[in-house]
Parts: sequence; C-alpha cells; structure tokens
Amino acid sequence: MDELIFFINKVLINGTVIGSIYALGAVGVTLIFGILRFAHFAHGDLMTVGAMFALIVTALAASAGFTAPVPMGFIVMPVAMAATAVLAIGLDHVFYKPLRDKGTRPVVMVMASIGVTLMLQGVVRLFAGTQSRSFYIGEQKDIFRIAVPIGDARRTITITEPQILLIVFTAIVVVALHYFLTRTRRGKAMRAVSDNPDLARVSGIDTQMVVRTTWIIGGGLAAAAGTLLSLDVVLKPDLSFNLLLPIFAAAIVGGIGQPFGAIAGGFIVGFAETVSIFNWALLLRPFRDIWPEAIEFPTRIAFVPTEYKLAVPFFILIAVLIWRPTGIFKGRQF
Amino acid sequence: MSGDYLIEAKGLFGGYGGADILRGVDIAIRRDQIGVIVGPNGAGKSTTLKALFGLLTVREGTVQLNGTDITNAPPEKLVPLGMAYVPQELNVFGTLTVEENLEMGAYVRRDDFRDSLDHIYTIFPPLADKKDQAAGELSGGQRQMVAMGRALMSEPSLILLDEPTAGLSPLYMDQIFDRVVAIRKNGVGVLMVEQNAKQALAFADVGFVLAQGDNRFTDTGAALIADPDVAKSFLGG
Amino acid sequence: MAEYRRDFIAFGLLALLYLVIFTTFGTAYTTRMVVEATCYALIALGLTIQWGYAGLFNVGIMGLVAIGGFATMLISYDTNPAFWESDGPAMLAGVFFRLLASIVILVGVFNLHRTGLSKRLRTIIQLIVLAACYLWVTGALDETATYIEREAGFIGGLNMPVLVGWAAGAVVAGAIAYVIGRICLGLRSDYLAIATLGIAEIIKHFLKNADWLTRGTLTVSPIEWPVPTPNEIGFVAARASYLSLTAILVVITYLLLERALNAPWGRMIKAIRENEIAASAMGKDVERRRLEIFVFGALLMGLGGAALVTFARIFDPSGFLPLNHTFLIWVMVILGGSGNNRGAIFGALFVYLIWTLSEPAALYLFGLAESLGTALFNWQAPDDLDSRALQMRVFVIGLTITLVLRFAPDGVLPERLGQDDK
Repeated sequence: MDELIFFINKVLINGTVIGSIYALGAVGVTLIFGILRFAHFAHGDLMTVGAMFALIVTALAASAGFTAPVPMGFIVMPVAMAATAVLAIGLDHVFYKPLRDKGTRPVVMVMASIGVTLMLQGVVRLFAGTQSRSFYIGEQKDIFRIAVPIGDARRTITITEPQILLIVFTAIVVVALHYFLTRTRRGKAMRAVSDNPDLARVSGIDTQMVVRTTWIIGGGLAAAAGTLLSLDVVLKPDLSFNLLLPIFAAAIVGGIGQPFGAIAGGFIVGFAETVSIFNWALLLRPFRDIWPEAIEFPTRIAFVPTEYKLAVPFFILIAVLIWRPTGIFKGRQF
Repeated sequence: MSGDYLIEAKGLFGGYGGADILRGVDIAIRRDQIGVIVGPNGAGKSTTLKALFGLLTVREGTVQLNGTDITNAPPEKLVPLGMAYVPQELNVFGTLTVEENLEMGAYVRRDDFRDSLDHIYTIFPPLADKKDQAAGELSGGQRQMVAMGRALMSEPSLILLDEPTAGLSPLYMDQIFDRVVAIRKNGVGVLMVEQNAKQALAFADVGFVLAQGDNRFTDTGAALIADPDVAKSFLGG
Repeated sequence: MAEYRRDFIAFGLLALLYLVIFTTFGTAYTTRMVVEATCYALIALGLTIQWGYAGLFNVGIMGLVAIGGFATMLISYDTNPAFWESDGPAMLAGVFFRLLASIVILVGVFNLHRTGLSKRLRTIIQLIVLAACYLWVTGALDETATYIEREAGFIGGLNMPVLVGWAAGAVVAGAIAYVIGRICLGLRSDYLAIATLGIAEIIKHFLKNADWLTRGTLTVSPIEWPVPTPNEIGFVAARASYLSLTAILVVITYLLLERALNAPWGRMIKAIRENEIAASAMGKDVERRRLEIFVFGALLMGLGGAALVTFARIFDPSGFLPLNHTFLIWVMVILGGSGNNRGAIFGALFVYLIWTLSEPAALYLFGLAESLGTALFNWQAPDDLDSRALQMRVFVIGLTITLVLRFAPDGVLPERLGQDDK
C-alpha cells in the first residue's frame, strides 16, 4: 500500500503540479505564437520577473504586519500579474512592435525575444543576485498529510497548500479562458486574429487591442505560474529558464494557437516527466515474495535519471515535430 | 457633381512597391449600383479593389467615399465608414463557427446586431443550418456565402467583392450572382471583380474594362456586352 | 577597390584597438585574447553561413561547441590504465552489444505489419518492446557507468594526436546537426530555434552528468596542444604558435567559403535565400541544400569549440553557458554583418575584445558605484556585488542584439547584395 501512496505522491500529484505550471506558461506562449507569430523566448523570464514582483509586494506586506490565512504571496499575486502584464505590453512596445511595423521576418522577432530574455536575466540578477529566496516571510508553509486508512499503509498522501492553490487556480483559469474565448467579443476577436490576421484587419478588428490583450493574458499567467511555483519551492533567478523547453514542448504538442491544446500539452509533458523519472521497481516490491528466483529482482526501473529530466520534453517535442507537426489539437499549419 | 457618387476613384497610380500596377484607373459608381470590373489577367482588377480599400499605397490619384476623401485610409478606418471587402482567397475564419464569422463582421458595431444576423440567414439560407459549424468545414460556395455575410454584417453602404465566383461550380456561380443582386436591392452598392465577364456584365449597372492598369472601356453593362470591340477583345468573341 | 573601403576602415580601426590593448596589457595577455577571438571567428563563420546564407536560426551553438571540445578531449587525452585494466571495456562492449541487439529487435518489431496483426495491437507491442529494449540498454549502461566511476574514475582518452580530436569534434557536431536538421528544416524557423535550444541543454546536462565519460564537474586537464605548450617554450612563443594555427584555419575557411559561394553551389544557395519558392520551382532541392549548410556550419562550430577547449587546456562541462555564450556569437555575426564572411571575422575579433574588457570594466564601474554610494548615501552594497556586476554583461548582450536588429540590421560590414547580378 505504501508503494501505491508513494506513486500517487510522486507521479500523480507532482505531475498535476508541474503540469499546471507548464499549462499556465504554454497558454501565453501559444497565444503569442498564434497572434504575433513568433516563439516568445522571453516567456520564462516573464515568469521570474512576475514572481519577483510578487516577492517584493509580499515582503512589503509582511513588513507592514499584514497576515492572512493563505500565503501572502498568493494574496498579492494579482498585483504581480498586473505589473507583469504592463511590463509585457511595455516590452512589446519598445522591442517587438518596431520590428513588426517594419515587417521583419518572424525569426528576427524570435531573436529579439532572446535579446529581451538576456536583458531580463541581467536585470533580475543585478537587483536580486543569484541566490534562492523563500516567499515565506514569517509564515509557515502548510503541508497536508492525508492518512489512507487501508491495509497497513504508513505513508500519507502529501500535498502542500501552494500546490492546492496552484491546482485550483489553474482550473479557474481554464474555465475563465474558455468563457472569454468563446463568449466574449474580445475573445472571439483574438481567435479571429490568430486564425487569419489579414481578414481580421479587413473586418475592422482592432489588432492593437488584440495584441495588448494577448500580452495581458500571457504576462499575467506567466506571473501567476512563476509565483505559484516559487511558493511551492523557492524563487531562483534561473527557475524559469529550465521551464522554457517544456513550455514550448507543451505549446507545440497542443497545437500552435490552441490555448486548450496548450493546457492539455502542459499536463501531457508534466505527467510524462514524472512517469519517466519514477522508479517503477517500487511498485513491484509487494510482489517480492512471489518473484521467480530465476530473474534478478529489479531495484530500479526508471526511464530517465532525474538529472536528464529535461530530455523528456525535448523528446516529446521531437516526436511531435516528426509525426504530427501541427500538434494533437491540430494547430495552425506552417 | 462628384457628391452623387457612392465611391469615386480618379486617376489611380500605385503598386506593391515596385513598378506601378495601376496606371490611371478611374472607378465611379452611384448608390444602389452594381459595378463590375473585368479584364484580362494582370490588368490590375484585384489591385484596384485593394487600392480602394487601403491595402496598398496609392501613389497618385484620389478616392472618395460619399464625397469624403479616403485616399490611403487603412481598412480599420474604412469599415466604420461603411465600406466592406471580401478577399478572393482565405476569406473566412476557418476555425471559427459560421455565426462567429458573422459576428466578427459586426465587430465595429457596438449596437445589437441580432437582426442583422437573422437578415444574413434569410439572404443565405444554407448558413442558418450550419451556424455552429466551423467555417473551414463548409463547401466552397458556402464559404463564399459566409465571407459575403461577414462583410454585410458591418451594414456597409458599399461592398467590394474580389472574384466571388472563383473556383465555384456554375450552379453556385448563379446562386452567388443572384445574391449579389439581392444585396443591391437592400440598398448596398456593390463593386466586384469578376472573371466570368459576360454573366456579370449582364446585371451590372456600370462595367469597367481594365487592361494593363488602365480603363479601356467604361459604360453600362448592357452597352459593354453590345460593343463589338469589347466583345472581341475581352469577352471571348 | 572602393567597395572594400569600408572593410579597410573597419579592420584598420580594429587593428588599432588591438594595438592599444597590446601596449597596455602586454604580449601574453593580447595573444591569448587574439587566439580565443580567432576560435570564435571560426564559430562565427559557421553561424554566418547558417544564418546569413540560409536563414537558419541556431540557438544551440554552445552545445555544438561543447561537444566539439568533448570529442577533442576524448581523442587526445592520456589513456586511463585503471579503466583499461578493469572490466570496464568489456562491460562497455556488453552495452554496445545490447544496443545492437535492441536495434535488430526494434527493426523487426517495426516491420510487424507484414504479419497481419491489427494496427492497435502492433502499436502496443512496439511501445512495450521499445520500452523494454530501452530499459535493457540503459540499465546495463547505468551499471557500467557506476562501475567505471568506482574503479577508474572515468574512461580517459585515447591518446591520439590533438588534430585528430579537432577533426572528430567537427564531425560529431556535424552529425548532431544532421539529425536535428533532418527533423526540423522542413518546418518553420522557430521550431529549429526551439529544437537547437533543447539539444544544447541536453548536451550540457549529458556532459555534466556522465561522469564516467567526462569526469563531470571534476573537469579534465591538461589537454595536449597541437603546438608546443607554454611549459616547453614559454607563454608568448607557445601562444603565438597556437595563434598561427588558428589564424591559418580562419584564413583557409574564409577562402574556401568565398570560393564555394562564388561557385554554382553558392549561387544556388543565394537563389534559395532570395526566393525559396522560385528556387524550388526551378527544381532545386531546397531542403537538401539547407541541410548541407546547417551541417557545414555545425562542423565549423565543432572545430572552433575544439580549438577553444584545447587552448584552455581544461575541459569543464559546466563552463558552457548555452544561451549567454551562444548569443555572444550571435552578436558577433549580426553586428559584423550577417551573410558577409569578413563581417563575421570582424565581429568575432571586435566583440570578443569588448566582451573580455567588459569584465574588468564592469567590476571597476560597480566598485566605483559602491564606493560612491557608501560615501554619499551610506548605501550598504550586497556582498555578491561582483557577480552581479558580471551579470550586467548579459544585459548588455541582450540590449546590443535588440538595438542592432532594430537600428542596424545590416551590421557594420553589410553583405553586398546581388553584386554579381549587376
């Protein structure tokens, strides 16, 4: 029984948590890819900057003596989301829009976004250094241990408060995004621009407004993902760079320009990671007594050593590019 | 006097950056008229529509809509002024439903456009059944209806159609021409580019025969069909 | 000759700049800098043909550089007797045998459609067999790796000439590029960028963690030089002879490239770049040509990496910072003038100089700011101010890229477009 609980903790809960993070990031990437037509490499660093904003406000709130039943970082998250959205619009205005107006090739936009990545990295490290920081200033991280009253189980199903908040937040985002994109004028206009920008323009759709909305959603969700991940672990300046590849993989798996594909892609990549690094030999342990003598009892059956976790999204990405470049939800044909 | 014209373009010169494709095109139609632009390939027919709709830079010449100068105004300014444009290709949002396509046509309107939707479904009955289907899944003729319906949703006074019957079967072609006439009956001016010159000129109030970026003949549709020079050179005998 | 005036001015000023460095910092320092700059020039030439001639966006340059350096280390480093006397070689052979056997089995399983089994059943069988083979091979590899690390540290080198290592570095980098190119070149350019970023990260993780092969964070040194080392003939002479080697490589590469680009092959490349659709309509195999360029560029990157690591004499897998250093090379190419080979060389020599000098400059500036801040506002500077100062250089790379792209997309020495058409 303990082995099964271990499996639930390591594969199901961890997969849901990391999948939610990837999903929140991939939604932004896929919307930007669909509407502005370039792979936004600076997205990971928007996450870091967003988390940094949240940390600053948290520290201010803590020093002012505010307390709350949920982590302060979560309470102030909307502020960080708004600030990051403004930052994203500003970055677009200063760095991407001039290139777009000149009619630059998308690949040059990709390069500009890497330029922005490096600048954000430089600024974050300049002001915050490279050390890890915790969001819990004078607070305790709540950890829930749920005992399973079956058989001889001694382990507990373990989930932390920020993990619950993350999962709930992601679920709300999925519902809200669905409502926004299929029920509101602005959301439908976004889908229209993503589908056919020329036709959107001749229909009189305000493309500037759509671009702004894209950055607001992308930037806001990036900040939320960064904050929630940092709440669960710690805030490190290079936290988000390692998220970039899985997030791109999620967006491409889900089909470019397909927000719900991106969410599904995020969970696919997240679970693929936890499934790959899990030691499946543990699940065989209860059968040790009946294991045939002839075969050596396996102590370790993991597909990927933890150090190579990053290889999982990469191979998913490659597999999708080979067999189904449009993604499972059939995104735009390029 | 020029104020009588719904749209009036005088002496248009322009192109896509290189050499001029338009070399002195004149277009003018009155309210409630159907204007048809015909001519051989490369005559600048589609380019003329794009120039009117601000999709390429007019280097010389003027365009007036209801007497207001709109030369080189961008599309997003022209739609609120009552102009709508249906491109020849990629003229629907393939991943949006039929109804969402129509709603996008009404994007510039802030009032309630329920009535307009019903109106479109009465002009194009096949669309009513398919309103929740993705536009990309429809047949070519139905897609053309979605495209025209989308353009009409902004309640334009003038609609520009770029080869609405390209690639359609003769059956659908007649249906589309039928709808064009119906649109005009509702008080919307139509300016269209058409390959099927004879059929289109038959119901045109004004016809423009372009060749090499310039007007060769301009007259009523019937007169152009009757003109032996036009018939010989441009209508295939 | 007038058309080369810009080149003369640019290279003249550059020479002057190096002369100033030479007189200020001395011979040994300057030769070291020039050697490294020539290595970067090789890498930049590789990038300028990928980007300038075929529009291929490679974000994984540092991965190829690292793998080039690794191949050199493996070929030229001294053999490790502890490894060869242990069971390690036999175990590695065993892993290799399992790999071969797995490939045979997999080929069989992926031809199951001949047996008439249903598609779903076939897919299930294929996936199970694939997973089993994978675990079988990696299981043996894990065991071998642990054994080698315990008994011998790492497998050591092959003790062959360094230049063989350089060639091997180029070939391995080219082979990796071939695989990536085959997968991504048919797709839009963003995908190539993402895939190359991924491969660079994976190469970095691999080199860092495969201790049995690379000694990981323990690093490997000293790597032999193809010319006499400083211990034998002193710093200046050794570095000068190393420089002559790398400089000759740059010149040969440059001449070969110029020749190739004026030959029918080069004209075809230009035709493809100017108008891909027209070129493919004329029956030119666009994807094949782009693959050739991608692989060729990667060869140069591998070679440059090999030369760079050899010069440093130490193979340190954690020393390769994929994104930052990759974009240092991008700055060289786009600032120099992409698509222009002289521009790439100029960019490499110039940007490397600035990059090297920016380290003491940044430290000095931040030191100044610290003392000023302390004196004027009683500002308490953070302890890690020095490392933060160096991060500012990353910011400057990013800023340079965005500014060049926006205001001077042609670079200092723009490519002279279509001069043979006129």
